[in-house]
Amino acid sequence: MAWTWFHRLGSPPYIYKFAAKLTPWFGWAAAVLIAGGLIGGLLISPADYQQGEGYRILYVHAPTAWMSMQVYMVMAIASAVGLIWRIKVAHAVAASCGSMGATFTACALATGSLWGAPMWGTFWEWDPRIIFELVLLFQFLGYVGLRAAIDDTQRADRISAVLAIVGVINIPIIHYSVEWWNSLHQTASVMKLGKPSMPLNMLIPLLMMFFGYSVLFVALLLVRVRAELLSRERSASWIRDVVRA
Amino acid sequence: MSNLELRGEGLHLWRGDRHVLRGVSLELRGGEILQLTGSNGAGKTTLLRVLCGLVHPEDGHVFWRGENVRKDLHAYHGQLAYVGHEPPLKADLTPRENLRYWVGVRRPLNAADIDKALDDVGADEWRNRAVRTLSAGQRRRVALAGLALLAVPLWLLDEPTTNLDTAGQELVNRMLEAHVARGGLAVAAVHHELGVTGVTVRPLVLVA
Amino acid sequence: MKPAAALVPGPPATPSLEAARLVLARDLRLAFRRPGEIVQPLLFFAIVATLFPLAITPEKSQLRMVAPGVVWVAALLASLLALEFLYRDDAHDGALEQYALSGQSLTWLLFAKTAAHWLLTGAPLAIMGPLAALALGAPIASIPGVLASVALGSIALSLIGSIGASLTLGVRRSGVLLSVLTLPLAIPVLIFGARATQLAIEGTDYTAALQLLGAMAVLGVTLAPLAAAAAVRISLE
Repeated sequence: MAWTWFHRLGSPPYIYKFAAKLTPWFGWAAAVLIAGGLIGGLLISPADYQQGEGYRILYVHAPTAWMSMQVYMVMAIASAVGLIWRIKVAHAVAASCGSMGATFTACALATGSLWGAPMWGTFWEWDPRIIFELVLLFQFLGYVGLRAAIDDTQRADRISAVLAIVGVINIPIIHYSVEWWNSLHQTASVMKLGKPSMPLNMLIPLLMMFFGYSVLFVALLLVRVRAELLSRERSASWIRDVVRA
Repeated sequence: MSNLELRGEGLHLWRGDRHVLRGVSLELRGGEILQLTGSNGAGKTTLLRVLCGLVHPEDGHVFWRGENVRKDLHAYHGQLAYVGHEPPLKADLTPRENLRYWVGVRRPLNAADIDKALDDVGADEWRNRAVRTLSAGQRRRVALAGLALLAVPLWLLDEPTTNLDTAGQELVNRMLEAHVARGGLAVAAVHHELGVTGVTVRPLVLVA
Repeated sequence: MKPAAALVPGPPATPSLEAARLVLARDLRLAFRRPGEIVQPLLFFAIVATLFPLAITPEKSQLRMVAPGVVWVAALLASLLALEFLYRDDAHDGALEQYALSGQSLTWLLFAKTAAHWLLTGAPLAIMGPLAALALGAPIASIPGVLASVALGSIALSLIGSIGASLTLGVRRSGVLLSVLTLPLAIPVLIFGARATQLAIEGTDYTAALQLLGAMAVLGVTLAPLAAAAAVRISLE
């Protein structure tokens, strides 16, 4: 019984229809959560006692950084599933994650810079978290570049799957080594923000933004996977049925 | 020894949008040669590589001695030799060195074995020159020497007579005849009929 | 031709250690037929290391501060150049395919190839590293430490680089892509290695950093050939 479910998940026409049905739900949920989070974060929650109003970019910045990690994990898991069980849809998911992940990571770095410049007078620091995010961006761009360099789709899928899996193993190593390196040079981490006791009216909008971004990612992923499937399966018979409908 | 049998069942393969292998089935027993013909692009090389276990078919299975080859690919590979379009030789090494490394990784060899094999394919002074300096026909003869040295029951050959003169083509035919006389099997992708005699030849034609 | 007894099907008769030795010996022999290819990355290392004093300052006391970084970045770039010829020829002439079909463990054979590659490029770099460090103001007493750190680091880099090389098999003009893929994986090696070299130059105890570097090398030995074999098999499909 479980296997039929698993194999249906791997069937392109099934996913194509299923994704179409799900997308509006995720899309609207994302809109509500993000709108709520923005109102709560930008208007309702109080100013930070240290940073004043300027800290509010946190509500946009922190979720992007969180998403960049999440998207890499999804990409790595989809790659592994596609590689081991040879499931085409999994590879389509991984391919869709590549450029989205790069975008989230680039946004995290950009919003971080926008935050740092007025707040601490510096738009770039060699801080472990910033370096980690930068390396993640390099890994995403390398993944996208490798896919683009290989003409045969099936081979591009499988080779970039190996890269994604190797890259995921590298992530904790990078995290640890950069933290270690930073501790040697003892730079004060400037990114403090009253961590443990964040009042509820700050925490709730932040959580709404986290969930909103995740749900938005799923909605965008569903749209992109459908586009990927259309492109990959263009000569298959089920596509003609879809077009005729 | 007597259960030597290669079977392919319902092999399907796509390359991008092209359905290259459309449900190919074949059966080959010890002492037989499968003669694979078809126009360019019909999928002869692809089929050989699927039979090798290098390429994973979208559907269908390959069986060797009754077992699915995917169960133990290493063991299957130990019993076959695949020689593609181009002989797998390093240009900067001599034929003797090439054989020592190519075959030596699979079977222990000594210098006498290598020299005998090169004698049998008609190599004279050129056996000590870098392969880079040899003609295409001479390179193919070195590949044939390697094939003999490997001493495996299953041969998968992609156009084995390319670049060979009449004497060379005769050499291939004699080697195939001797191989199947010992009970071996061979799959050969060819453009012209093999000139073997006294041997069961099963034809398989691939259509593009 | 061969007697009938030799046609008995069975597992490969060559033991895996001997097979690895043959792979290594073959690669070394081939490299010495074309010595230019091996020398070029080393020359590149020397030139890059020379650029820094020219670009910064000839003052040795100041150069000593950047010496670890210069040695490591130059070694990293030289290794990346050298990696291009790890699999290139074998992929072109079908030798890699024959390894995949040999019945031997492809992981093991690729490990042997990487070991040969390190002997040809990494080991010479490990020797040139201390020389460059000396030229950049490091004290003579630091030589053992610099040698140990660059040697361990070059082992890790060869292994990590073999992953990138296997991923870019068959990609046209793969040089830059190989570097882009390998560098994020090489950053931890750079961090621990440069730190060990720095401590050696300063004369303080560098064992902790060296051990971390050694851990990276061990991780590379265990995982890199597996990933490389997977990528090679995919490119043979």
